[in-house]
Amino acid sequence: MAEFLSLHDAVARYVEDGATVAMEGFTHLIPFAAGHEVIRQQKRDLTLIRMTPDIIYDQLIGAGCARKVIFSWGGNPGVGSLHRLRDAVEKGWPHKVEILEHSHAAMACAFEAGAAGLPLAVLRGYVGSELPSVNDQIKFIECPFTGERLAAVPSVRPDVSIVHAQRADRQGNVLVEGIVGVQKEAVLAARHSIVTVEEIVDDLDTHPNACVIPGWAISAIAVAEKGALPSYTHGYYGRSNRFYKEWDAIARDRDTFTRWIDENVHQTGENA
Amino acid sequence: MSLEYTSSEMMTVTAARALENGSTCFVGIGLPSEAANLARLTHAPDVVLIYESGTLQTKPNVLPLSIGDGELAETALTTVAVPEMFRYWLQGGKIDVGFLGTAQIDKYCNLNTTLIGDYREPKVRLPGGGGAPEIATNAGEVFITLKHSRRAFVDRVDFVTTLGFGRDGKGRDNVPNIGKGPTRVITDLCVMKPDPETKELVVVSLHPGVTREEVMDATGWEVRFADQLEATPEPSENELTILRELKERTERAHAGQ
Repeated sequence: MAEFLSLHDAVARYVEDGATVAMEGFTHLIPFAAGHEVIRQQKRDLTLIRMTPDIIYDQLIGAGCARKVIFSWGGNPGVGSLHRLRDAVEKGWPHKVEILEHSHAAMACAFEAGAAGLPLAVLRGYVGSELPSVNDQIKFIECPFTGERLAAVPSVRPDVSIVHAQRADRQGNVLVEGIVGVQKEAVLAARHSIVTVEEIVDDLDTHPNACVIPGWAISAIAVAEKGALPSYTHGYYGRSNRFYKEWDAIARDRDTFTRWIDENVHQTGENA
Repeated sequence: MSLEYTSSEMMTVTAARALENGSTCFVGIGLPSEAANLARLTHAPDVVLIYESGTLQTKPNVLPLSIGDGELAETALTTVAVPEMFRYWLQGGKIDVGFLGTAQIDKYCNLNTTLIGDYREPKVRLPGGGGAPEIATNAGEVFITLKHSRRAFVDRVDFVTTLGFGRDGKGRDNVPNIGKGPTRVITDLCVMKPDPETKELVVVSLHPGVTREEVMDATGWEVRFADQLEATPEPSENELTILRELKERTERAHAGQ
């Protein structure tokens, strides 16, 4: 059964140094508040998994939390580069970060396979791509029934997955609406999970086929109002496209970045 | 009477015209998204636009800045999880056209969105593959649109993120269950199509006012021209008006956020 914790306590309990962590949300519902809490608690040597690292992992990488990043599209959507990711990969600042890159299809399948308790995902993918030559986690297998050559990647099984959602009820059942990405898969694939929500309600007031994650499948729930900003929460607030554009200048320079993290993450509390 | 328009508008209108009404199109962000929505707002009202964020049959009123903008979900017929998007809808063979952009393209239509230089010591690190590697092989065919320049149109891409026809033009030969691959490349100068035999990209149509020399100067290999080189038709007043309104609406919407 999901336990209601403060964001501080949830991160302190479930995100250990050296852990494999997936913070998901496909452009939508990106768990920024939780990411900032991980930075404040100065977690180190994390293996960070995310289809689109986005600004959230740019911040974690620049703040020195990451040892390795597994991803499939590493840009600032609609804007350009993730400068902290690039600086870590190209120049080793603040330290060298290892990368392992996939395609979206492979990562989506790997999350799904993780949720399904399988060791691998199989897909008709990577045909003719040179990604398998730089990622030894991409293999090819022969279908035992047809002989077709198919791609295989290991399933994603994070130590902890962290996602953001619209709301939870008092039993800890969570409703995810809009672009649902791989959030449900991420939660079910992980050993532990933290879900941050905009609010706790008496009744989820939903319909039979909504994307609901049962409370008994979640480790901890923490309220984080506006917890997805500068990404958005469908039905609550829009994406701050302006901030995504501003981030380009903030992240381009190491000192500007460090100052931004100090002022906007370290010096503010969980409820800032 | 001749209309005033830019080479970018020419590119978008030409790319839009490539999409047939009623087809299903898996849309990349940026130029492809602009062209696909222009098609939907002009000659192809029943084109089905699908974005990798899981939005099926979406009809955005303004162009999305990111692939997962709320606008896409709000105007979609339905929104599915990302694994379903890639497994059922793309890999399952439900997509007629994949519409992609790229940073680099070579004469065999291979796409590079990974990096410039060497993989371990890149000169420029680009975002990576995203949805493209499987869109390019699992969609029925692929349209590519990008601006023409020597930096983009290279003899050999530094890295094959996404298959066109392989380093030798034979990358799709004898591969079962694979789409036709790129069937046209639309730039701000011309339209190119792969040679039916060799798969090398050939210029089939020049945009109004563009010379062969301009295309040769902007292409990093000795580009060939079709024997029956055509003139790309000009944009119509209606297409230009609708495109400009769409871009104005988009700018207004994003400035306010």
